Order: sequence, then structure tokens, then C-alpha cells
Amino acid sequence: MILTLRLAWRNLWRHARRTWLTIGAMVFSNVLLVFMISFQFSVYDLMINNSLRAFSGHMQVQAPGYIDDGSMRQTVAEIVPLASRLRQDFPDADIAARASGFVLASSEQRSYGIAVYGVEPAFEPSASSIPGLVTDGRFVESGDEVIIGTVLARNLRVSVGDELTMLGSGRDGSFAAAVMTIVGIFDSGIPDLDRSIAEIPLATFQEVFYMRGSGHQIVINAPTIDSASDYRQRIRALLPDDLELHDWTALQPGLKQAITADLSSSFFVYGVLVILVAFSVLNTGLMSVLERTREFGILMALGIAPGRLGRLVLLETALMGAIGILLGALLGGILTAYFGVTGFVVPGMEEMAVRFNLPARLYPGISVVTLFAGPFVVFLVSILATLYPAFRLNRLQPVEAMRAA
Amino acid sequence: MRILIKLAWRNLFRNHRRTLIMLSAITVGVWAMIFMTAMTQGMVSQMVHDGISVIPGHVQARNPNYGDDPTVNNLLPVPDSGIAGRLEGRGFSSWSTRLSVPAVISSERESRGVTLLGIDPEREADFTFVDLETIDGRYLEGVSDQGVLIGAKLLERLKTRLGNRIVLMSQTPDNDIADRGFRIVGVFNAKVELWEETWVLTGKETLQTMLGVPDQVTEAIVFGDNYRQVDEVADSVGDVFDNSVSVQRWTELDRYLGTMLEVMDGFTLVWVVVIFLALSFGLVNTLVMAVFERVREIGLMLALGMRPSSILGQIVIESMLLLIIGLALGNVLAWLSVSAFPDGIDVSIVAKGMEMMGASSILMLDLRLQDVVLANSVVLILGFLASLSPAWRASRYDPIEAIHKVD
Repeated sequence: MILTLRLAWRNLWRHARRTWLTIGAMVFSNVLLVFMISFQFSVYDLMINNSLRAFSGHMQVQAPGYIDDGSMRQTVAEIVPLASRLRQDFPDADIAARASGFVLASSEQRSYGIAVYGVEPAFEPSASSIPGLVTDGRFVESGDEVIIGTVLARNLRVSVGDELTMLGSGRDGSFAAAVMTIVGIFDSGIPDLDRSIAEIPLATFQEVFYMRGSGHQIVINAPTIDSASDYRQRIRALLPDDLELHDWTALQPGLKQAITADLSSSFFVYGVLVILVAFSVLNTGLMSVLERTREFGILMALGIAPGRLGRLVLLETALMGAIGILLGALLGGILTAYFGVTGFVVPGMEEMAVRFNLPARLYPGISVVTLFAGPFVVFLVSILATLYPAFRLNRLQPVEAMRAA
Repeated sequence: MRILIKLAWRNLFRNHRRTLIMLSAITVGVWAMIFMTAMTQGMVSQMVHDGISVIPGHVQARNPNYGDDPTVNNLLPVPDSGIAGRLEGRGFSSWSTRLSVPAVISSERESRGVTLLGIDPEREADFTFVDLETIDGRYLEGVSDQGVLIGAKLLERLKTRLGNRIVLMSQTPDNDIADRGFRIVGVFNAKVELWEETWVLTGKETLQTMLGVPDQVTEAIVFGDNYRQVDEVADSVGDVFDNSVSVQRWTELDRYLGTMLEVMDGFTLVWVVVIFLALSFGLVNTLVMAVFERVREIGLMLALGMRPSSILGQIVIESMLLLIIGLALGNVLAWLSVSAFPDGIDVSIVAKGMEMMGASSILMLDLRLQDVVLANSVVLILGFLASLSPAWRASRYDPIEAIHKVD
């Protein structure tokens, strides 16, 4: 084996230029793959975290059908006791109960249709980022207090201390109305939330909308997104059967699918890059075999099995591939790390970033997976591409081969 | 020159395996360049087209405050009846005016926040986001139509039916609440589900009466011929109105969409160059090999008096022939694969995700001549440059050394 390795290594440098060009193709693709994959996955993580942390949470307990209809009647009964029981069983998770409805919110000058949420003042701050983003005033505590987003406040021409009238319908379809005092204004940076959401204490909500102790959702955040599915199973086991537990892919199908759509189009890009490298490797492999026909003929005449020669050719590619992985991961890692420190701005991307709850400047992070996944696939495909020239050797007839020009 | 081409052509097929592999690589590369570009361009042009039907318009004239505060308090400071005379006969492909205000819609069971549009149904039929073919019930019949047209998704959310009555509440300029019962006369489908939930349409005059703003609108909508060239339309609309009106292009009205167009145009070039670079390693490699095998032959030619420039030309021509055949095959393949999807590619499995990006779930392919030309020229120009180095080395051989070279 050592001998084959030495042979392979020496063979590579018989045509140093060709070898470097082939490795060059691998390194070029690898660097691109490392950077793009690292970038992509950090962006996805950020998108998921920002979107989920803001409001919807990792998972939610809801009544069956609420996720599709969002109807006021599809309630979770005795929601506050249920939430506190879950909180006792899962002290590490952040859990808060909510109720929601649509109202026409009117200030003295303006009226807008908005979604109003009843939240638990004590627990909402740990379950969603909105309470922490109250830039003016404070979060709701009790009674007829409300917080609204900056855009809504601007549109309604109101500020902290002003009154807001809400008109809507209660759980039983009857007319519901309340006059609330604005105690805080939040700025989440997510236009949809800032424009269309108000939060009031859950107890007040239940009273105004005739909820009779019920609510619509219990938001649950696991300690990390990775542990969410584990928590989901354990929580599911404790819930009554007539309630549903949805994870974030169901709560925000758009997010999951946007990632899937983006991933599939990038896989097309990556696939094309890898295939082009494969052609390069195939070409080199085939040439190196053809030009050594006489040499291989002599070796076979000396009693070396064709299989061993095949392994030699594969080993040569493997060596190139290994250099490709090392250089690709190194250069790609340096490039990614550089942008990880300075941040990466795609020109003109700010508008698009806002749409996906992202900051304009992105900092790609590296993990072992993003560093080696791409290069490893390139390596495997290179080996696959060399199988053809390697197996050709089996058909080689020593006598003819030795006479080859 | 002819002899050089002939030499290059024959040389190309001396090692047919290598040539075939390289041809395949170029073909796949060129196919990927063009197909991917057709896909992104198709997506973008459709997004822009759809986006413009929702904004709507290539150019809009509105009250300067309406953008920040889209309510009935920021009406266009020109009476509706005065606008037709100004916009008619200026060569716009279509135009309309509408009253657009936030409202709350309630059925007997549910309430939702929506945007209520008072439209001129005949004028809007030219560009509406409503799928006119699949309306359940009927489309609006005129500016004084008393019914409402709502989206299929909203109908579902409100748990009501075609023909039922709903109540719409909105605000008058004096901040009183105006509410009115409407009969649902039609249910529409749109490409993006969100639109079906967002918009409720009624006759323009009906809404004006309800809000107590007769002859007033919030926006004038104008379409030119091409969404990429709207400056002229914008100037022309600007001439019609005075400074109390803000005239904006669609790229300003929907910055996301405007940015998208620029980013994707840039992306096309980057993509083509990246693929070429990946190809170029193989191309240069092939040429280096081709030269290397023929060192003695090249030495002999030089010794027989062939000028170094002819050697250089021969190698470059060989490379260009390879590229041209590859390009031809790649172009044909791309054209075939684009033609294979005349109705677009169905990606409804990620419909919600596409919606988040603002695209619909059918990806149309848009093979534009300019993108094909771009891809082909990049490959030819960069390919020419890439083949110069091996060709230059070949032409610099010392004949005597070259002839004596042994394998």
C-alpha cells in the first residue's frame, strides 16, 4: 500500500501543470461551496430565530383547526391554569398564554383594523421579543393598558398616554368594545408586526371579548431551536387529546418553504459546479491512463493485477481530492471567517433583508459541516468520475498495450 | 488562415475522447448558464408583473402623505372628474383612479382587517390581480356597483358564502366610523393567497358615498408599455399634475421589487462568470495536454518555417472551435429544456415560501435574447483569453529542443 501511495504521488507530479489545474478546479468549487453554504446556513438560522423569537415561538398549543381558520371560537379552555401547569413541568422552557382577535382600533384622528393579543404580562417578556422592544413607555401590567407598534402609532397619530378605542366582536359573536390607555410603543423592525399588532393583558382581553377563561394559543420556546422537537414530544404526551401542538414549520409555513425553495435552487447551482469539476477530473484521469498505456502494459506483463493498477489511478485522484479538500476548506474557511468578522453586504440587499427579518449586514459563521460538506461531495464525485478510466484498465491486454504508440 | 482552421479542426479529433469530455463539460456549463438565467429572469419578470398588478401601476400619482398614512385623510388633491381629462390621450397603455382605505370586514361570525378598494372595474380589468376567468359569481359592473368582490381565502376565513351580506367599517375624513352592509356578489382567486385575504373591491362611487368623499380618490394609476422603461411615463404624469401631487415609479412604490430586479440582473452576470471559471480549468487543462502531446510536431512545424504566430493561432482556433461547438450544443439543449416547460414549472409544494419572496407557485421560464447573448459572449471572450497562455507557450518553443523531446 505504501508503495502504491508513493507511486501515485510521484505519478501526479509527472504532469505538475495538469495536476494543479485539476486541483485548481476542485479548490475553486470548494471555496465557493464552503462560503456559500456557510453563508446560507447562518442566514437561515438568523431568519428562523428572528422570526420565531419575535412572536410565534418554537411551538404553540392551539385548539384543532385554529391554525387554519384563526377563528375566535376555536379556544383552549382554562388557558392560564394549563399554561402554569406546563410551566411547572418544563421549568427550562419559556411558556406564555395568549388570546387574539381582530378589532377596529380608533384614536381621535384615525382608525385601523388590527390584530389585538391578550398576553400574560408576567410571562410574555420571556416568550417573545416584543415586550423587550418597547422603546417608549413600558410593557402592559394590568387593567386597560395597551402597547402598539411604532408604525401603527404613527398611523394612528398617538403616543404614550393617549387613549385607543377598540371595536370588535367577542367570542359569542356579540359586540365587544373597550377604551384602552397606551402605555408603551414597540419597534420590532418587522413591518408587519409594527403595523398591525396591539397587546393587552390577557385578563382584560378575556373580559372584553367574553372569553370565559379561555384563550387561543400557548406559546412555548424550548431553550434552543435544536431541542425544540424533543420538547415537543414530551409536551405532546402531557396535553389532552383535544388540543394540538404545532411546531414552527406549521406556524410559519412560509419561512420553512422559503428556505426549501432557496435550498433547492442553490442545490442546482452546487450540482452544476460539482458536475463541471467531475468532467475536469474525468478528463485528467482518462488522459493519464491513456498516456501510460505502455507503462501499464509492462507492469501487467510483470504480473501486477489490473485491479491494483485501477486502485493506483483511483488513489491518484484521491490524493488530488484530498489536496482539494484541504486547500478548499482552508481558503474557503479564511474567506468565510473574514466576512464573519467584517460582515457581508450584498449590494442592494437591504430591502430584501427586511422582508425576511434580517439585518442588512450579515455575518456568516462556520461549522465543521459547512466547512467540509461541499468539499467532501466534490471528493466523492471526483472518485466516481475516475471509476471509468480505472475500470478501463481491466480490459487492457498486456501485449497490445506494450506495443501501443 | 484556412489551413490553420483545417489543422485545428483535425487536431481537435485526434483525441476524440478528451474532446468529447470537454465538449460535454462546456455543453452542461452553457446549458446551466442559460437555463438558470431563464429561470431567474422568468421568476423576476413574473414577480414584477404580479407586483405591479398589486401596487398597482408603473407610475402612481397620490397625495405626498399617503405613503406614510394610507387613509382617507390623504386624498389626491385633484377631483376625480378632473383626472380623466388630464390622463386621456397621452398614449398611456392604461390608467385608472381608485379610492383605497383600510377597513374592517365582518361576517356574522368573524372579523378581519382588510384594504377596501373603490375601483373603476372596466378600467382595472386591464391590469387587475383578480383572475377574471375564475370568479365565482360576477366581477364588478361599474363605478356604482353596490356589491363587493372578495377573495376566496377571505371568504373562507369569514366563514360566509357568496350572496351573503358582510359589514365593512372604515373611517371618514372627520374620523367618524362609517359602516355599511354589502352583498358579496363575487369571489375571486388570485395568484398569491395573501392577496385574496388583503383586498376587498367595490365600486368607486359606492365607496365615495359611504365615506362621504364624493369625486375624491387616493391614487391615479398609470401603465406605460414596458416596466423597465417608466421614466418617460413618470415625466408625462408629472407634467399633468402640479407639485401638490407626488408622482412615483413602481420601483419607488415597492422598493423590494425594484431592488429585486437590480439584484437579479447582477446575479445573472455573476452566475455566468462563475460557471465559466469552473469550466476554464478544464479548458486550459485540455489545451495544455494538447500542446504537450504535440511538442515534437510543433517543433517540426517551426523548423519547417511556420511562424510562431501561426502556431499560436492554431491553438487558439482549436480552443475556439471547441467552445463554439459546445456553445451551439449548450444553446440548443437550453432551448429544448426551456421549451419542455411551456406552462412553467409547478413549485406549489413551496407555495407559501414563494409567497414570502413575492413570487407565485408556477415558475415561468423566460429565455431572453440578451441573456443568451451575454452567456455566449462571456464564454467566447473569456475562453479566448484563457487559451492565450497555453497557445503562447506553444509558440515560444525552441524548435531544436522541441524536436528532440522524448515522451
